[in-house]
Amino acid sequence: MKMITRKVYPKPEVCMACRLCEVYCVVAHSKSQDILKAFKREKSRPMPRLHVEEKGPMSFALGCRHCDEPLCVYSCLTGAITRDPVTGIVAVDTDKCVGCWTCVIACPYGAISPDMNRKKASKCDLCFHLETPACVANCPNEALVCVAINEN
Amino acid sequence: MWRSMRTDYLIIGNSAGGIGAVEAIRQIDREGLITIISDEPYPVYSRPLISEHLAGEMDLVGMLYRSDDFYTVNKVQTIFGKEVVCLDIAAGEVELADTEKISYQKLLLSTGGNPIFPPMDGSDKRGVFTFTTLDNAKEIAEMVKEGSRKAVVIGGGLIGISVTDALKKLGVNVIIVELMGRILSAVLDEEASRMAREVVEAADVEFRTGHTVKTIVGDDGIVSGVILDDGEEIECDLVIVAIGVVPRIDLVKDTDIKVNRGILVDRHMATSNPDVYACGDVAESYDFIYEDDRVVPIWPNAHIGGRIAGYNMAGKEAEYHGGTAMNSLKYFGLSIVSAGMVNPMRDIECEVLSQRDDGRYQKFVLQNGKLVGMVLVRDIEKAGIYFGLMRDGVDVSDFKDSLLSEEFGIISLPENILRKRLDLPDLSKLSAVTVREEIEVVVDEG
Repeated sequence: MKMITRKVYPKPEVCMACRLCEVYCVVAHSKSQDILKAFKREKSRPMPRLHVEEKGPMSFALGCRHCDEPLCVYSCLTGAITRDPVTGIVAVDTDKCVGCWTCVIACPYGAISPDMNRKKASKCDLCFHLETPACVANCPNEALVCVAINEN
Repeated sequence: MWRSMRTDYLIIGNSAGGIGAVEAIRQIDREGLITIISDEPYPVYSRPLISEHLAGEMDLVGMLYRSDDFYTVNKVQTIFGKEVVCLDIAAGEVELADTEKISYQKLLLSTGGNPIFPPMDGSDKRGVFTFTTLDNAKEIAEMVKEGSRKAVVIGGGLIGISVTDALKKLGVNVIIVELMGRILSAVLDEEASRMAREVVEAADVEFRTGHTVKTIVGDDGIVSGVILDDGEEIECDLVIVAIGVVPRIDLVKDTDIKVNRGILVDRHMATSNPDVYACGDVAESYDFIYEDDRVVPIWPNAHIGGRIAGYNMAGKEAEYHGGTAMNSLKYFGLSIVSAGMVNPMRDIECEVLSQRDDGRYQKFVLQNGKLVGMVLVRDIEKAGIYFGLMRDGVDVSDFKDSLLSEEFGIISLPENILRKRLDLPDLSKLSAVTVREEIEVVVDEG
């Protein structure tokens, strides 16, 4: 099966834990798409969909791995999370999500966050509305890599 | 007069497990005939959402687990609203109630559970319900519309709390009668159970713990109250029996398929008969925490078990990793997650790590260095990382002190697991990777 997709990988050896990836992820999924408006004006600001973890000298930013065998998809109680058979993207249909958080328990990466304000599961959508995922494009140290994959 | 038809794959039960099987079968076999039978008249809906339906927050369309063209896209013949009355293993066929016979090559029993209904005087009165199907939710909603305002819910487990949540939203007064000393005792430890009780009580729900309903009373066959085992009389116009479910094994009773509490299945989800599979609430399958076969009636296990069954039915060998109890509760505004062995059994030596502050609570149960149980109240973001350690049977001895830390994360895990979780590609194998400009990398899988 032909598969065209992208994947985002962290590069722990160059991550400085500046968290700009989180900031720009929020902007990219905000209403205004504007950093100041998103953080200062928007009432219900989205959550960052990837998270920087830091311990001693080590740090990295981690989001959804868009697994081939996605436990979140299999665990979803409502059918809101699906994996596109063509692109391999694991996505949440927020109309169908009821915020039961079963996916939050199922994901071993901790990559799905419970957005308690919206009562919806929040996860990386690989920014297909942008040329390059916002986290990757705005990392000052090239600590996130976007790989376009074209499998034949 | 018997009518008969044949199918390659016969699935009895149109819920999480049956659908998982259909999807897996169709990945392997695009053409084989799939037939799915259900005694419910609806396309597959999310059973856990029946409380939302009762509360009037969601209609059937909103509850659909798969899009409405699911059966046509996957070329599945559906027989809905009909009951299978007999299973003839030797002949490889089932009989439907309307004198129809269906022969199969491979059979999946995903019949789910039956609600437990203990004997009570007066239980045949109008106003007495169980709560496991959409029709139950519809009937109760109808009663509320007709004016029912006082309910007694028998059972303070997951089903009881979910129906109570819905009834409160409809303005119905609820008293929960629970035989055990505390609510949610099967899925929570004492501390979390107390915290749950506090929020439910704050919503004006009363409890009678340590008691049971002996008699349902009422004139003209209509419920007007219940009498408890201590003689207390409670006035009500609705009684919801929400004690739990037991595997719905009636079909295999007169066959030689091996049954314990549920239908016994191996790691391929096959029963003692190689052409017959089972999954979900009806099956007794591998539990990776108890390292034994158990009935674990939760939605994700049913779906995953169904997938594994489907692959094997279609001829692709697949192994069930196992499941374990795993629940997320969000009723009455409190988030609680529990998984595995939350109440360690007395004869097993366990170490318990826990902390409570400010309405938050964390508890981890360790056995032989492995995480075997957890309860999280309020902060549940990292539940998946912990549960992943349980699923993978990771020895957490070296970093167990970090489990309770606010800084706990993937980064706290030992190097070998950390690398696996980061899913780092071997970048040297990808010919060109840049950061700011995407360059297409062709991964040759051949």
